[in-house]
Amino acid sequence: MKRAVRLGILAIAIALGGCASTGASNPRDPLEGFNRAMFSFNDKLDQVALKPAATVYKDVTPSFVQTGIGNFFGNIGDVWSAINSLLQGNLEGGFTSVMRVAVNTVLGFGGVLDIGTEAGLTRHQEDFGQTLGAWGVDSGPYLVLPLFGSSTLRDTVALPADIYGNIWTYKRPIAWRNVGAAVRVVDQRAALLGASNLLEDVALDRYAFVRDVYLQRRASQVRDRGGPWADDGYEDAPEPASESAVQTKPDGN
Amino acid sequence: MNKLHKFLAVLLAGSVLAFAGAARAADEAPDALVKRISLDVLETAKADQQIQSGDQQRILQLVEEKVMPYVDFERMTTLAAGRFWREATPEQKTQLIAQFRDLLKYTYSGALAQVRDQKIQFRPLRASPDDTEVEVQSQVLQSRGDPIQLNYRLEKLPSGWKIYDVNVLGAWLVQTYKGNFASEIGKGGIDGLIKTLTERNQHLAGAAKNAKAPS
Repeated sequence: MKRAVRLGILAIAIALGGCASTGASNPRDPLEGFNRAMFSFNDKLDQVALKPAATVYKDVTPSFVQTGIGNFFGNIGDVWSAINSLLQGNLEGGFTSVMRVAVNTVLGFGGVLDIGTEAGLTRHQEDFGQTLGAWGVDSGPYLVLPLFGSSTLRDTVALPADIYGNIWTYKRPIAWRNVGAAVRVVDQRAALLGASNLLEDVALDRYAFVRDVYLQRRASQVRDRGGPWADDGYEDAPEPASESAVQTKPDGN
Repeated sequence: MNKLHKFLAVLLAGSVLAFAGAARAADEAPDALVKRISLDVLETAKADQQIQSGDQQRILQLVEEKVMPYVDFERMTTLAAGRFWREATPEQKTQLIAQFRDLLKYTYSGALAQVRDQKIQFRPLRASPDDTEVEVQSQVLQSRGDPIQLNYRLEKLPSGWKIYDVNVLGAWLVQTYKGNFASEIGKGGIDGLIKTLTERNQHLAGAAKNAKAPS
């Protein structure tokens, strides 16, 4: 216990030291010193362990297996999304997610096939942080968590709910659950390899870039209901050969 | 006399058509414009063997030809620089615009290099006919993963509609670069920012020349 306290004090001292050295501060990010330190820590961990694992996974695993793994865990995630949609009063979104889980589990071999999307039921991810946001809870300052990465104060508070809302948490034996969790993390990282490589190239200050993208995206996720295009229809882009000049709607919306 | 008349008639007809074409270009609705460029670029990227095998130079060329003419870089740079724009000298402004333009070109090309079998869908445009700024909404469907939201902000200029901001997955590009610019300017002033951008662009240019197929 004493060692934990000492480590805790050390961590806070480092963080405060970091705070003192930053000049201009972003109002959304009062804990910037601490966050930058966490970001570096996560980055090191990523460079040393996660990214290499994800790269090997991506190169070695057949793509249909990767898709299947992604679908399986996505299906599990849809259960929690359904609950959160309903908690936000979004009946249509909740119902869609429930249908997805039903169709994919029963007809999709336990979620490995994503039949729901092909049937027109697109995935709409919702978590407890978004639910709190929908209920009016402000996001609070930007926070970078060790291992979990970008978050906000509100979303950090919501995290335990998300963990317990993920039914894989209840998988027994524990060894299977841990292996599954690790595979899920590696799979998700592999899906982001292209994007993260691009990010390294085009961001001048990666920490600030990730932060600003995260905060904007989060706000957008809290705002949207039942998927970005649930209410309006959409149309496929016309064939290149056709020469339609689309009329703008004199809507005045 | 006949020949001259004919020649003049053809010349007149030709110039009428040319003006009509130019007028049509300036009249092209913003969502039609975005649809046209998006489809064009996507189809070309999918069909071109060199691009599919990772030839960065070819992608850059494609972006330069088909996308850059429709983007208002001056406005993007002005917006990203925020309050620091007023403090910049005309020389600095020119350099900043040029460097940011290159960075955006590399950004867009990098994204395009990952295109395999994606499709784009567009939402009907909600705007009144006399709006001079609109937002066009689309999403990119991929075989793996959820649809990616992709929105554009366009403004109406005398030469036609031009893009001045892009939103991917809920994050606007200008807003995001604003933070980066501010932090670089905080460290080394506007010249420091220009230097960072220039060095980054040089690095990316070198990498593009040596690009192998993306992982």
